[in-house]
Amino acid sequence: MRRRRTSGIVRPSGPGAVMLRGLLFAVLALFCLYYLVPLFVMVATSLKSLEEIRAGSFLSLPREITFDAWGKAWNAACVGVRCDGLEPYVWNSVLMTVPAVAISTILGALNGYALTKWRFPGADIIFALILFGAFIPFQVILLPMARTLGQLGLAGSVPGLILVHTVYGLAFTTLFFRNFFIGVSDGILQAAKVDGAGFFGIFFGIVLPMSLPAIVVTVIWQFTQIWNDFLFGVAFTVGDSNPVTVALNNVVNTSTGVKEYNVDMAAAIIAGLPTLLVYVVAGAYFVRGLSAGAVKG
Amino acid sequence: MQRAVFLKSLRQGVERRLPLIVVSPLFALSLFFVYGFIAWTAYISLTKSGVMPVYTFDGLAQYERLWATPRWYVALKNLFIFSSLFIGISMAIGILLAILLDQRIRIEGMIRTIYLYPMALSFIVTGTVWKWILNPGLGIERLMRQAGFENFTFDWLVNSDFAIYTVVIAAVWQSSGYAMALFLAGLRSVDDEILKAAAIDGAGPWLVYSGIVLPMLRPVFLSTVIILAHLAIKSFDLVVALTGGGPGYATDMPATFMYAFAFQRSELGVAAASAVMMLMTVSAIIVPYLYSELRGTRK
Repeated sequence: MRRRRTSGIVRPSGPGAVMLRGLLFAVLALFCLYYLVPLFVMVATSLKSLEEIRAGSFLSLPREITFDAWGKAWNAACVGVRCDGLEPYVWNSVLMTVPAVAISTILGALNGYALTKWRFPGADIIFALILFGAFIPFQVILLPMARTLGQLGLAGSVPGLILVHTVYGLAFTTLFFRNFFIGVSDGILQAAKVDGAGFFGIFFGIVLPMSLPAIVVTVIWQFTQIWNDFLFGVAFTVGDSNPVTVALNNVVNTSTGVKEYNVDMAAAIIAGLPTLLVYVVAGAYFVRGLSAGAVKG
Repeated sequence: MQRAVFLKSLRQGVERRLPLIVVSPLFALSLFFVYGFIAWTAYISLTKSGVMPVYTFDGLAQYERLWATPRWYVALKNLFIFSSLFIGISMAIGILLAILLDQRIRIEGMIRTIYLYPMALSFIVTGTVWKWILNPGLGIERLMRQAGFENFTFDWLVNSDFAIYTVVIAAVWQSSGYAMALFLAGLRSVDDEILKAAAIDGAGPWLVYSGIVLPMLRPVFLSTVIILAHLAIKSFDLVVALTGGGPGYATDMPATFMYAFAFQRSELGVAAASAVMMLMTVSAIIVPYLYSELRGTRK
């Protein structure tokens, strides 16, 4: 985000202004706490033993740090009747997310490029119709999708989820690339066309290399969306092919036996870590994706 | 010779139509998987479908059944309570934090990162954490009792009258940073000259914001409300992870209602009817918005 060069509205002058400034920082700090406390609770609880959780308060630091809960969440916690931890489901999520992100990004780039740089009659209407697909409540396609996956022989499988995420991610990736390409000047492309470069020549030779920022934004957005998806995972997969979000929910809501809050929290961290890491490393791009979600780039 | 000419013209023809050739299959995918599926669901909502889909037309009977189901009214009431509180509180926090962050804060980048990180998490993760914080046995309730308030009760999570508010608490935590980011971007786009002129005229910060800046941000208000409303109507994961729709079906929302009727109770007709109701609600909000947004960027 662009910073203002001129000073802000609250100008520090006199004791009143200094107090105001102090209040400002106090409120900002308070909200930092508000957003951070759940993260702290999650990490602290995951490092405690069950006895300590029962004896102490959920806000206290662990007295003795133990990684037992992490180990259990990774390879021994019960997801339904199977007690292998989250590990197999993390791999399901990886196997689902990587191809779905790659395919939907490439197709979105092609789509956005064709719709903005090779304008043909009806391009705007086609774009509007595709874009609407990004905003529908997916409940309205759950039933026919389940049947279609069954007929394709993909019911309850990771490839089935790849197909679903690619199809419904396409609307968003097209939107991202369209917004990016609209800002790219037509001059270079016209020159290349005059030189005899074709549709794909220009795409691979000129457009793709310069759209790296758009690619990063799209990949991060798609990765976060698909990794975090729950609805498609729970509706279209069973047991062994569940993505990690569904498995996490099953771990937490397994009603048999003692409630192991430390394992629940470790499992939540494992499920949340990949997207959190991406956010920490590439936060600026993530924010750009969020604001592109408001349609305009 | 003729063959070569033919091939050349064929090549040129293909080359000229390549953009259309590339877009068409992708557009066809969208037509099939979005509009075809919507049509299928809409048709099923007009049939007798129960456990299995049947294709004999049955008029609006499923909609009559839907609107005669008490659980549907619970879901609608919850959606209303949830979205008004969720949108209202998220907007209030978002505006407040955006204005505060706009005051030349040196560590703004770091603070912004902290405010926004919950957006990167899955709603299932958020729900799991808040379920633990809000659980009456070991969470906030016990913390307060240990602090000396022996009779403190905070059992919203398992209380049918209040459970929906726990969903609001967790959802606001996750999404208010998003509202902040949208408003901050809006504030940054306000012309500095206007602010300077107002300051020269002696307008204090309160007047500058309430009288000049916020009215200028009307489009940002609109898009933030729409984005949050869209999130609210689709909210499914958080309810499932936090309350499972319970106690009973006290925290059901249209999204969980549809899922329960489709996949657990196998009443496809009612499920399809509720899905169509959801689609109509979302469309009523999103279509005018997309229309006005796209008209602006069209060249």
